[in-house]
Formats: sequence, C-alpha cells, structure tokens
Amino acid sequence: MVDSGRLGTVVGIDAESAFRPMSARRLLVLGGIGLILVGMLFGDIFAVFVLHQNAAKVGESLSSAAHAAVAGDARAVALSFQAVGSFLENRGTKVDTHVHMIAFGYLALMLALFEPWVALRESTRKNLAWTFLFGAWLLPVGVFLIHYVGLAYSPLEAIGWASIFADFGGALVILATLAYLFGVARRFRRPEWAAKEDGLLADRSMAGRVLFAGGLGLVLLGFLHGAYYAGVDLYRHEALDYSLLSEMTSTAAARNGTAVDTAVGEYGELAGEKAVNIAAHAHAIEFGLLAMLLGFFQGYVRLCESWKRNWAWLLLLGSLVLPVFVLLELRLGLLAGGIADAGGLLVILALLAMWIGIVRYTGEMDAGSVSMGARG
Amino acid sequence: MSAGRRLLIVGGMALALLGMIYGGWYAVFAEHQELDGIGRSLTASFSAAAERNARAAQSALEQYRKRKYDYDRHVDVHGHWIGLAMLLIVLGIGLDRVSFSEQVKMLLATALVLGSFLFPLGVLLETLNHGSEPRALAVAGSALVIVSLAGMTLGFLRAQNSN
Repeated sequence: MVDSGRLGTVVGIDAESAFRPMSARRLLVLGGIGLILVGMLFGDIFAVFVLHQNAAKVGESLSSAAHAAVAGDARAVALSFQAVGSFLENRGTKVDTHVHMIAFGYLALMLALFEPWVALRESTRKNLAWTFLFGAWLLPVGVFLIHYVGLAYSPLEAIGWASIFADFGGALVILATLAYLFGVARRFRRPEWAAKEDGLLADRSMAGRVLFAGGLGLVLLGFLHGAYYAGVDLYRHEALDYSLLSEMTSTAAARNGTAVDTAVGEYGELAGEKAVNIAAHAHAIEFGLLAMLLGFFQGYVRLCESWKRNWAWLLLLGSLVLPVFVLLELRLGLLAGGIADAGGLLVILALLAMWIGIVRYTGEMDAGSVSMGARG
Repeated sequence: MSAGRRLLIVGGMALALLGMIYGGWYAVFAEHQELDGIGRSLTASFSAAAERNARAAQSALEQYRKRKYDYDRHVDVHGHWIGLAMLLIVLGIGLDRVSFSEQVKMLLATALVLGSFLFPLGVLLETLNHGSEPRALAVAGSALVIVSLAGMTLGFLRAQNSN
C-alpha cells in the first residue's frame, strides 16, 4: 500500500520540514483529525443511544404538562417543565460536546495549513499547538460533565466546576488562535518570511482533487437545501409551533384531553421535521468542509494512490449518505436512521484510515527512510 | 499572495472574529435571559391554562413566540457567520485550484465575502424589524453566496478537466 517515490515530487521541502517530529504542524494535524474522529464517534453513539430516547422523554414531559393543565394542577405543570429543562440540558451538553470537538478539529487543521505563514519561532508554535490542543480537549470534556457535576463543591452560585474548566479550555483555544493570527500578521511585515512557499498546497494528487471537488459540491448542496428550507418551510414551521402550543393550552383550559393529545402528537412530528432538516443542512456543509480540508493534507497520507482515492470516495459517500438519509427519516423511520448512522461510520472509517496513513508517514520520516525523491 | 486569496482569507478571519465577538456578547449578556424567558413564558402559559385563564395563557404564549423567534435568529447569526468564515478561509487557501482569470476569481471572492456578511446580517435585522427589508437582505446575501460558490465549483471542475 505504500507509494514509493511519489510524495517527494508532490510535497516540497518546506512542507516536509514543517512535519518534523513533534513539530507544530504534525501536532495540529494528528491532534485535529483525532479530535474530529472522537467527536464523530461520540456523535454516532449519541445519535444511536441517547438522541431519540431523550426526544421521547421531552415529548412525555410536555404531554404531562398539558395533562396537568387539563387537571387544573398548576404545580404539576411547573414540575413537568422543570423535567423538560433537565432533558434539554442533558441533550444540549451532549450536542455541544460533539460540535465543539469537531469544530476545534477543523480549526486545528486550518492552523496547520497556516503554519508556514506564521512568523514565530518553531518552539513558540509548538507550545501554542500544545496549548490549543489542551484547551480543545478540556472544553468538550468540561461541557460533557456539566450535566453530571452540576454545582457540586462550586465556589460560585450559578456556575459549576465543569463549566469553569470548559470556559478555561475555551480561553486557551482563543489565546492560541490569537497568537497564531499575530504570527500571520507579523509575517506580512517581514520580507524574509514573505518568500516562503508551502509545498503542501501545491499537491494536486487525485485523492486531494476528489476530496476538494466533492467537498465543494457537498457545501453547495447543503446551502441549496438550507435556502430551500428557509424559503419554503421555516416560517410555516414557526407559525405551526405557535399554533400547536396555542391549541394545547386552549384545549387544556377547556378540559379536552383528546384534543390535547392530538396537538402534542403533531407538535412532536413538527419537532422531528425541524430537527432532520437542520441536521441534514449542517452535516452536508460540515462534511463538505472536512473533505476540502483533508484534500490539502493528502500529501502526508502514506498510502498508495489507489487506496488514497478509495478512502476519499468512501468519505464522500458517507458524507452524502448521512444527510440524505437523515432527511428521509420522516418517511422511512428507523431504517433511514440506521442507514444515516452507517454513513457516519463510513466517514469515521475513512478518516481513521487517513489518520493512520499520516502516522505511517511520520513513522517513516522519523526512521529516516523518507527522503526527497526516494521513499518507501 | 493573489488579491482574491488575500480577500477571502482576511475577510474570513474578520468574519470569524465578528461571529465570535457577537457570540461571546450574546452568551454573556443575552442568551441565558432569553432562554429563561422562553421557559418562563411556556410554564406561565400552561399554568394559566390549568387555572382556566385562557387570556393569560394566550398572552404568555405570545411572549414565548417573540422570544423564540429572536433566540433562533441570534443563534443562527452566530453559527452562520463563523461557518461561512471557515468556508472563506478554506476557499482562499485553495483558490489557485480554481481555473478562472484573476479578475473572475476576484469577482467571485468579492461576491462570496459580501454575501457571507450580508446574509446573517439580514437574519439579525429580522429581530429588530419584522418588515420585508431584512428578509430581502438575507435572501440577497444567501443568493450571492450560492451563486459565487457555484462559480467556484465550476472553476474547480474546469481545472480538473484541463488536468
């Protein structure tokens, strides 16, 4: 599977030297893809074991609130809405964990691309990369623990330890990113840096081109779907959200339990319709962006060209299957949900293969078997 | 660095900064109040229904509708500004893969940066003005994004074919 003698012509000297052992670019690429992998795996597990069960519990609590209103029990109404709040917090922190891990992974890959344009010492860039990665792990782990730790032993009234550590992680990420931006700005003022060209961006391998073209197509599809949803469904859904809640309260006040149940059922369907549309839009664009980013790093993936192409196509296939079948969940139910999860697994598998390819590249480079023009 | 690439990268960074500052401001000063308000007005509406007070239930639900409308748009603005900023930066880095003249690439880059700024701005203005102007701005912005993105895709496919 190893491509011999190919990478030397694709990746220039700067790109290669920028990938030295424990260099900032290597840390950011491996750490960034690692973050995306763990974030996606977490998202898949969350989708299978938590998301639908949690949505059902929210629906049950809303139904309890409406039936408490039918029974004239205002205290039970308040308790039911407290339960809704707790379920939503549980769901929200899990979604935030998934989203932040992946977003920080993207940001790490972007900072890795900017590496040659950052006019800072390598040791400073390395420290910044470690700081960024530490913060990028700390924030999602902290957010995940918010629901479980709560306010235990907290010195503050409203914010718990998990939130404090999550915010600290976020601050580290911002600090490292700002320092990188400072380095880029500095580069434009220093002529000796201005001449540096990054060989990695000159890579035009087939796998890289497939990923860039496919990614751009996915982003465009995601935007077209978003525009369609905003134009056709968004305002209708907002009006329906209000009218169904209004029907719930008015029928509850009239003690009509059957009508309340009908409105609660329709409200659940509406929530599902909104959720799948937003998820399809967001995932198409995010997977597209991921494919484009990975397209730049194919020069570092130490696999033969045919395998690199196969993994690139698999990543794009999974990236298309997931949003399309998320949309079809309303018509096909759990079958479509299962296929969407399988699409997510394809993306994870392809990403893992690319990550292993990059680790192989670093291993051979460190062993001294990778040299300009003759490798493998 | 070409002018188109510089515009996309600098524009993307500026937009990301704007999105983060806006998100930070919103999270600290408005989000919790808005979420509390949404929860409170829903509870108040159902509690009023339990007390057979249909008018109070309706009035609380109106509050809910307004807060939910604003909340959804504030979150969308933050997410879209940052998401579009990332796209601008990635496209800026890969702009030399687009097979058009520098003038056409500059035109596409300008339309993309402008659309990426205006589309979420239109959505944000919808929270202040419920008329058709903010909506028109959001539609125009998103149209600019889609058209310029389609142009970039076309330019990239031209490069693929020539290779």
